[in-house]
Amino acid sequence: MTVEKRVSGAGGGGGGDQFPVGMRVLAVDDDPTCLKVLENLLRRCQYHVTTTGQAATALKMLRENKDQFDLVISDVHMPDMDGFKLLELVGLEMDLPVIMLSANGETQTVMKGITHGACDYLLKPVRLEQLKTIWQHVIRRNTKPRGSDNDDAGQKAQNGEGENGGANRNKRQSRRDRDENGDDGDDSDDNSNENGDSSSQKKPRVVWSVELHRKFVAAVNQLGIDKAVPKKILDLMNVENITRENVASHLQKYRLYLKRMSMDASRQANLVAALGGRNPAYSNMNSLDVFRHYNNAYGRYRPVPTSTHSQSNNFLARMNTPSAYGMHGLLSSQPLQLSHAQNTMGTSLNDLGVNNGNLIRAPHMSTMVTGTSGNSFANISNGVSLAPANRSVQPLESSNRQHLGRINSSSTDSFSSFAGESPHFPDLGRSSNTWQSAVPSNIQELGQNGSMSQATLQVNGHRMEPVSSFTTSSNQITSLGNEMQSQAASLASSTLPMVFNQDAAPFTFTSSTNSREALNSNLAFSNSGINNSLPNLRIDSSAVPRQALDGGNAGGGASLQDGRIDQHTTGNQLNYTNDLMGTSRLQRGLSGSLDDIVVDMFRPDNDNGGLFIDGDWQLV
Amino acid sequence: MEAKMQLNTLMANMFATGLLDDQFRQLQILHEGSSPDFITEIITLFCMEGEGIINDLAKLLNKPFVDFNKVDTLLYRLQGSSATVGAQRVKDTCIQFHKFCQDNTRYGCLDTLDVVRNDFYDLRSKFQIMVQLEQQVWTFYRKH
Repeated sequence: MTVEKRVSGAGGGGGGDQFPVGMRVLAVDDDPTCLKVLENLLRRCQYHVTTTGQAATALKMLRENKDQFDLVISDVHMPDMDGFKLLELVGLEMDLPVIMLSANGETQTVMKGITHGACDYLLKPVRLEQLKTIWQHVIRRNTKPRGSDNDDAGQKAQNGEGENGGANRNKRQSRRDRDENGDDGDDSDDNSNENGDSSSQKKPRVVWSVELHRKFVAAVNQLGIDKAVPKKILDLMNVENITRENVASHLQKYRLYLKRMSMDASRQANLVAALGGRNPAYSNMNSLDVFRHYNNAYGRYRPVPTSTHSQSNNFLARMNTPSAYGMHGLLSSQPLQLSHAQNTMGTSLNDLGVNNGNLIRAPHMSTMVTGTSGNSFANISNGVSLAPANRSVQPLESSNRQHLGRINSSSTDSFSSFAGESPHFPDLGRSSNTWQSAVPSNIQELGQNGSMSQATLQVNGHRMEPVSSFTTSSNQITSLGNEMQSQAASLASSTLPMVFNQDAAPFTFTSSTNSREALNSNLAFSNSGINNSLPNLRIDSSAVPRQALDGGNAGGGASLQDGRIDQHTTGNQLNYTNDLMGTSRLQRGLSGSLDDIVVDMFRPDNDNGGLFIDGDWQLV
Repeated sequence: MEAKMQLNTLMANMFATGLLDDQFRQLQILHEGSSPDFITEIITLFCMEGEGIINDLAKLLNKPFVDFNKVDTLLYRLQGSSATVGAQRVKDTCIQFHKFCQDNTRYGCLDTLDVVRNDFYDLRSKFQIMVQLEQQVWTFYRKH
């Protein structure tokens, strides 16, 4: 046997060799003994090998030419840079598969490697059989072997051998890489980009457009942030030219973002609570800040602040003062059916939106996501969605409808609507503004959702014309709120018993299921009612949103339980809920006296054309 | 030839006493028929690096305040290279060493360091003999 002495080369994948022959590997290990052995073994696998003993050098090489390598193998414990750090950097910058290598086989360490994005973790001493199958990671990463590769007998032998070895290794891999490698083996070809070049060619860079991200978040919400695995997300997204690896890395970033947001949110929550939730200015700021954070964190979507924002803030401030319809009732355990209903809604929505939690959190506006009907909301709620927010309300009925049955999917809806599908309920959007306005105030009363409500309002403002009207009617609202509350009792008994009952159960932080179900029914209901005229909505939504609001807060609380809840999102959820509830309530029809008041309150005046209408969210 | 016989005896002994394990055998198999340069090279690298690591470990452990994380990291280095070369006994001692590290017991670490040192130097001297014998055998077979 001769050891091939190939000069490690830049560019070009092994000339005319068939993959995995000539796969370009960069091996990084500060231990010269291991490096030498590794190099030797890799050469025996007929790979192109470049070695370096320093992580810094490796990075330099990688950065010089991103197409230089197909795969990186790196030690974990290195003096100049932590192997995990290198792993992250390579994953982020070059999106190359990285295999970790170490004598350290502790579960914790292996886990760390996987969570940092390693596509495999090998234990020293590495055996030749293991190295023979590492090429699979390259394939998975959005590349495609040359069509003629499989014809070569030798190649087949190697592949077969690799597969066998891979099967054995996959046992260990799947244990460690359940998210990444477990069942994706066969998907690589399907998911790989249409790239006629050899697999060693660079992968087309996936740009996470708004639409794409919307789908991604929708999928994540649908699955539940804890259960969202790249493969399933990918399946749900149903987008071509995206591999699981793309989704995985995007998911990683998303999770980091959410974590940051939740930390922000919990910080803000504490502040809001400390302030008694009565600080509209603060709340307003929070929502905006959160949004900005989101944008910054994600680095893709950048809101262009406009005067409308400030308007919305003011508006929100005003809105905050009016009594929280439902919230008050609920909080003080007043027998307000309305508030209960709102609570339910809110809870449900919160569950929906926050349930998978991250969706809401990440874009603090994401209550829209949870909402099913509030198209405009949806657009506003997500930071991502905000970008296209300027697109006017478009019918979103179809997307809303499909999600009606699924709480998690509600977020998807908002995204889809966000993506530019026309929301089906322009009118509803308007009315929902009012509702949302109402809701935020309630939320703030709770002292939790101040920021949320702010966000909500802002969200609403985005498409919601009635911001201005709302402003003017804030006084009305205040009084109305009082009236409402007084009437709530009477109303409650007659009009919202159902909602109330539903709400009662879920009105806890943790009870999401009930609220979900309630919400689902409401959603379904509202779906049909979405197309109703505005007046109807107004009438019903007055009662419903309050309940939703309360519920929403509860739901919001649920999401907050980890201290990670984004108040904004909760507020958004509430808004969404209110919207939804409004619709469903509309269906049922509330009694009259309250209706009149509500109608007045929530007359959709589109004077300002929505606070955010002028706000341009740009994709950065 | 005598060198070959001695080499075989030495190898058998090293495997039997647990100084070397299957990994070393694998490396040998991979390079059967080719010059012993590769094996010689990695053995030499291992010996050089290993000595340096053990000295560094001693330094770290003799500080007034021991940074056990550093010790642990360095230890993985030694463990990794000994595992790669097939130096079983050294590797196993490293594993024991890690436990003391995690318990942050300096004296346990120091004691284990002594064991590692002994194992290492024992292995190293045998490796040196092996390399010489290998060279002799190879030279002999190349000539004939």
